[in-house]
Amino acid sequence: MGQTFDLFLLEAIVNGVLLGGILALLALGLNLIFGVIDVVWICYAELIMIGMYCVYYLHASFGWPLWLAFAGSVALVSLLGVLLHQYVIRPVLGAEPINQLLVTGGVLFLLQGLATLAFGVEFRNLGVRLPTLEVGEMFISVARLIAFGAALAGMVATYLFLKRTYLGTAIRAISQDRSIMPLMGVNPNRIFLITSAIGGALAGLAACLLVLQYDIHPAIGLSFGPIAFLVCVLGGLGNLVGGFVAAFIFAQLISVGGYFFHLEWGYVIAFLFFIAVMFWKPRGLFGGKS
Amino acid sequence: MTRWLPWIGLAALALAPLAGIGNYPLHLAITCLLWGFVYTSWALMGRLGMVSLGHGAFLGIGAYSVVMGWNHFGLSPWLGLPLALVLAALVAVLIGYPCFRFKIVGHYFALVTLALSEVARMIIVALRDQTGGSLGATPTTALADQAWSLSALQFSSKVVWLYIALAAWLAGLWVWTRVDRSMARLALEAIAHEEEAAASVGINVTRVKLGITLISALMTCIGGVLYAQYQLYVNPETVSGIGVSLQMVFGAIAGGMFVRLGPTVGAIFTLLLAEVLRLLVGHDIHGLDTTIYGLLLVLFIIFMPQGILGAAAQAWKRQQPARRAAAV
Repeated sequence: MGQTFDLFLLEAIVNGVLLGGILALLALGLNLIFGVIDVVWICYAELIMIGMYCVYYLHASFGWPLWLAFAGSVALVSLLGVLLHQYVIRPVLGAEPINQLLVTGGVLFLLQGLATLAFGVEFRNLGVRLPTLEVGEMFISVARLIAFGAALAGMVATYLFLKRTYLGTAIRAISQDRSIMPLMGVNPNRIFLITSAIGGALAGLAACLLVLQYDIHPAIGLSFGPIAFLVCVLGGLGNLVGGFVAAFIFAQLISVGGYFFHLEWGYVIAFLFFIAVMFWKPRGLFGGKS
Repeated sequence: MTRWLPWIGLAALALAPLAGIGNYPLHLAITCLLWGFVYTSWALMGRLGMVSLGHGAFLGIGAYSVVMGWNHFGLSPWLGLPLALVLAALVAVLIGYPCFRFKIVGHYFALVTLALSEVARMIIVALRDQTGGSLGATPTTALADQAWSLSALQFSSKVVWLYIALAAWLAGLWVWTRVDRSMARLALEAIAHEEEAAASVGINVTRVKLGITLISALMTCIGGVLYAQYQLYVNPETVSGIGVSLQMVFGAIAGGMFVRLGPTVGAIFTLLLAEVLRLLVGHDIHGLDTTIYGLLLVLFIIFMPQGILGAAAQAWKRQQPARRAAAV
């Protein structure tokens, strides 16, 4: 009896690690944007929702192969990120900081409304069924495994881009000092647009991974959006590595807490942990931008 | 003439039921007043730089405390209300004190409070055996053989609710005026501009901020109680969580959170928008109202961050000197 207990706990831990990969990917995009542009995209999860619909329609309705539908989704959400910055964020960059947070909250409603208008409120499923892997006596979803691997690959690619390329260096420079860099001949708006495109592409990638596991509906963003913000704050806003570690801590709390009690209690425990940490380390576990 | 305008409007509202207006206009008026009250409560602290995305928690505590107390323990809402207020005050202090003590402001404050409203929603859903989970809950009716029950705070007549909502709303405006005339407001404005400088001239930042947060949270909690008793139905999505919290923020912003009647104008505006769209296109087109609402919010924050009433007041002030000059 004791052995089965441990086995289920181990399964919960493994699932927590896999969930952590997805959360880390969500946090990466948000942190990148906050670190460089100093804006929190409250509508980040809604961009992902649009990406999920994009995959669904390209694959299930237009019959595109899955990989092409994925590419289309990443491209579309990346474009949305650019449009979001150019037409919504840019006009309020000089206004009160909180206005920038709230204006994307308006976009949240706009995207949710548009999705309801265009696609209806029905739950849709991509219809791609991936098998379940049996390791020892544990059951691990292949969809989650793929998501974990792709999320890690996306993060490594982003990291290498930021550290090894000229453009990445410019982006890091802007995030460190916004007022000096223009004097050095860097065009900040161009950097902001590129960052928004990368942030959007990461959201598009997350959409491809989530669509394999979850049904799509217009309000799906609300079910993982708040978690993504909390992971970012927990790791320190704008701190890419902090967000990565925080994602795994958060996912373990949800998964193992949910195993001991009930799934919702797992979330409650994780959220309460978050609030407690804020009082202990107000700038996040690993320090963030103020 | 303009001095008398508010009184005439108030009298018209108070006397409207006597003129025998229908149930539908009454319902609209009650909804506007109740949400106007809640938005006003939020704006009390929102206008001072404390943008809380956690007020859904206080609304939820109010709504669910009275309904659960009544359904499971037969506790009259009159006793449930103080209980809810104590609970809301506890939560407000538990979150507020460390936030203000450790200078959690701006984005961080907004996101911490966002976690709070989600915690409230998740707890309500997780306690589904008691609360009915996502399906919501209905208070056991006390109206089976009578038109109203004072002890259960249930009234079948909308006229009674109009007066209750009106009283709550006026009380909310009174609190706003009192806060405006107090020293605390000057302190809070100083804090909103520059927290360190305010502290250096002897303002107890934590205490002043906590005070206004408590007032705002308790009023929101009362709003939740009234909303639950009026609708006789509560649902975790409509009284807690990120959705209703954002609704409060945006209602206040759309109307103008820096003027006293702004949040109320925001409540009227959002309700009228939804109703007009419903009359024009009917129930069949889902999402149209959310789309237009979202679009308007984006436009408001970009082009008119001071809100409808705020912009109107500015235009009025600009005109005043010109008129005086013309009169001379």
